Amino acid sequence: MSDSASAPVPRRPGGDPPDSPGSVGMTCARTLQLATGQNPFALEMGGSVGPIHVEYETYGELSPGRDNVILITHALSGDAHVAGWDADAKKTGRLWRLKHPGWWDDIVGPGKAIDTSRYFVLCANFLGSCYGTTGPMSDNPATGRPYGLSFPVVTVGDWVQLQARLLDALGIDRVHTVVGGSLGGQQALEWALAFPHRVERAIVLAASPRLSAQGLAFNAVGRQAIMKDPHFHDGDYYAIAQPNHGLAVARMMAHITYLSEEGMHEKFGRRRRRQQRSGFGVEFEVESYLDHQGRSFVERFDANSYLYITRAMDYYDAAAKWGQGDLVQACRRIRSQVMVVSFSSDWLYTPAQCREFALALCRAHKPVTYVNVPSRFGHDAFLVENQTVGHLLHHFLKTPPPGSS
Amino acid sequence: MNFNPEQIRALLTAIDPSFSSLSEEELAGLVDRPTAPRSPDSPISRWQDRIIQQLIPQKGSVLDLGCGDGQLLAGLMTTKQVRGQGVELDPQAVMQCVSRGVPVFQSDLDAGLKGFADQSFDYVVLEETMQTLRQPLDVLREMLRVGRRGIVSFPNFGFWQVRLDLALRGAMPVTHCLPYRWYDTPNIHLFSLDDFLGCLPQIHATVLESHVLAAEGIRSLQPNDNIFAQEVLCVLSARD
Repeated sequence: MSDSASAPVPRRPGGDPPDSPGSVGMTCARTLQLATGQNPFALEMGGSVGPIHVEYETYGELSPGRDNVILITHALSGDAHVAGWDADAKKTGRLWRLKHPGWWDDIVGPGKAIDTSRYFVLCANFLGSCYGTTGPMSDNPATGRPYGLSFPVVTVGDWVQLQARLLDALGIDRVHTVVGGSLGGQQALEWALAFPHRVERAIVLAASPRLSAQGLAFNAVGRQAIMKDPHFHDGDYYAIAQPNHGLAVARMMAHITYLSEEGMHEKFGRRRRRQQRSGFGVEFEVESYLDHQGRSFVERFDANSYLYITRAMDYYDAAAKWGQGDLVQACRRIRSQVMVVSFSSDWLYTPAQCREFALALCRAHKPVTYVNVPSRFGHDAFLVENQTVGHLLHHFLKTPPPGSS
Repeated sequence: MNFNPEQIRALLTAIDPSFSSLSEEELAGLVDRPTAPRSPDSPISRWQDRIIQQLIPQKGSVLDLGCGDGQLLAGLMTTKQVRGQGVELDPQAVMQCVSRGVPVFQSDLDAGLKGFADQSFDYVVLEETMQTLRQPLDVLREMLRVGRRGIVSFPNFGFWQVRLDLALRGAMPVTHCLPYRWYDTPNIHLFSLDDFLGCLPQIHATVLESHVLAAEGIRSLQPNDNIFAQEVLCVLSARD
């Protein structure tokens, strides 16, 4: 697209080494306690959790005016490790991080679309996850054993409230921008709705105000795969073996929804790994790919977290929560500049759903930027189309704050 | 050119009697006029923007259909503090809007303004775009549903130079305002000022004011402008 002169150069996949000028370098996550046993964090669906520890990472310097904060909200299987190379990967046993930089390293770094030499970038692992923030694999103080399914139901709203508590603790009142994709995009939207005066810009990538029936259906099957695994033991499996098979199947199926028919055809076609047929083992390249995705996922994810997070994704409905079912009414709350980006072949959060959200903002008399990016990468496109997404972010971050024109 | 000056004079005089008094030099000048597209920096370029700048009140709201690179809205948002919203299909133009800080909704106008609320903008602008639409009347109707006023500008295919081009050269006209060749033009619905005015009763619209670009510059609409106006800008409202 245009204006390439001033826009950041896309980086090759695999990521910049830590000593390169475009990398944030070696990173160390921090942890902050944001609720205690005596003073627990109240949850949207009832109940409470305490203590809560939140793992987060930051890059760049907070400006003296504290007006350069970009909050990144991560997706289902994401974490606070957005960019750079985890200095503590061996210590924490997150060995997969030795081979890869953070999940948005192509976008976040010095001179990149989200320029860490200019912005103070913050991302926190959400409640119920398994990457350092309190979740079902954390010890329940009442029993001294992992919560498992005794962990309360959490919501996108809870995540945002907890992130706000983190910002309070860090002395940050307003954020320059909150940005996320997929489930992260729903958090960005929830931020704009729950804290209209704390968010100057909200960027929602590949996400809509609620998941479709089809999306609910895929999540349901993923959870069933986990819960029907003989190793599930009602979620109380931490002392024994994890329900790896069920979690792998859930991930494999979810991965199908992250690609597109066209993208799969191009990447794998009907190619086989072996020439002759070998019964029902892994034979086609697409099977091999999914098998690899499933296997690598179980090394880094907790099955109970998968249940809790997909449920949060199911429950989120911005119109129901903020507009009594009317999305336009909900959008009237928003005070941020909003950009919604869909990807043409995304069939999880479709362009039609994203467009409907953008139209609701228009109907609510809110300015909106809506872009449908042509891509064959399906839902994954928000993490793949880095050149286009980078250009859009780079430019939109310079949009004057609301009320300035 | 195989026509002699008197034949050309006869043709033009048939279009409008005032041409009968032209000298031979003037006639030759008309026929051999340059056909290069005008530069975006020329003073008549984007004359419609200046009129629109004057029409829009402070803190009004403007929906610009086919907003291109967002220049008009960027100006209105700065000088008039309007609530501006663009609609544009072209990806490069959309990116230029984003880089200017102009809110832009990427969409095909022929897909309609469905979803935009009734009377939700003071003005809906359709600048030099109507002739590129598949269903121009549907878009005009939608404009007057979504906006209290519509502002439409378009090239006038009844302009005498256009007529002369077709008559003398037997080829599709190429003028300053119509810089395309037949195979690369985005203009798929060609119409004159009279054609436009004639369709307004069908969509229950009425013209509140009109401005034209003619040889002597920008001025208000006059009776013979189906012949003398190169480009036209009309402010429309729904007829009560």
